[in-house]
Amino acid sequence: MEIDIQFLWAFLVGGGICVIGQLLMDLTTLTPAHVMTILVCTGAVLDGFGLYEPLIKFAGAGASVPITSFGNALVHGAMAEAQQHGLIGIITGIFEVTSAGISAAIVFSFLASLIFRPRG
Amino acid sequence: MKQGPKDKVAYKKMAQRHTPKKPVMANCIKAFLVGGMICLLGQFLQGFYIAYFGFNERSASNPTVATLVFIAVLLTGLGVYDRIGQWAGAGSAVPVTGFANAMSSAALEHRSEGYVLGVGGQMFKVAGPVIVFGTVAAFFVALIKQILTMLS
Repeated sequence: MEIDIQFLWAFLVGGGICVIGQLLMDLTTLTPAHVMTILVCTGAVLDGFGLYEPLIKFAGAGASVPITSFGNALVHGAMAEAQQHGLIGIITGIFEVTSAGISAAIVFSFLASLIFRPRG
Repeated sequence: MKQGPKDKVAYKKMAQRHTPKKPVMANCIKAFLVGGMICLLGQFLQGFYIAYFGFNERSASNPTVATLVFIAVLLTGLGVYDRIGQWAGAGSAVPVTGFANAMSSAALEHRSEGYVLGVGGQMFKVAGPVIVFGTVAAFFVALIKQILTMLS
């Protein structure tokens, strides 16, 4: 039963974060790139205050799939490495957790450009 | 003709009258539904990786993100994702799939300029700012946090 509830929260929280993004796009003159940038920085700052990790625990993929978790993961990788190696660890560890998302996006996008033709 | 501040205000008013009003409420509902669905799919994938591949709750989000990225790139290549995006707005742009879509659609779009300058050079045109500002913000947040823990 506990898992079922998390599915509901994943939907609600994930949708809620997207609504925040939509409001930023519709009510201001910000471009989508600006909105994404703001959300990523927000995720990083929220993790700085230790607020994003509880949200992931609570909503699962609802918090880890939106782009805000990218900022959170950057801080997390940096902090994990910094605890082991001191300040230099921030630089060496910053991409540790986000490696999956970035490398997957680069490799798959490149392969897609070999296979597909642009549409629309 | 001299233009005073009054003309500027009048122009702004006129422009506002003629700009079509955005259906904010409808857009938000669409964004909520599609964004929620993508996260729900992520939750299913995460459960799948935990149950069958021995990941724990913390580490499962990496393969989940990679899978979502793969799906998004595939749908972009097939021309489906951008059609979803037109309907869903932020609902398909804010999840990590939107990030993958931004990269792969830029890669496809600039393919005609060659693989090095087109695909390689333009792939990060939209996704680049997200990485740059995310990394810089994360650097300073981590720096402050680390210094505070070192002091205490």
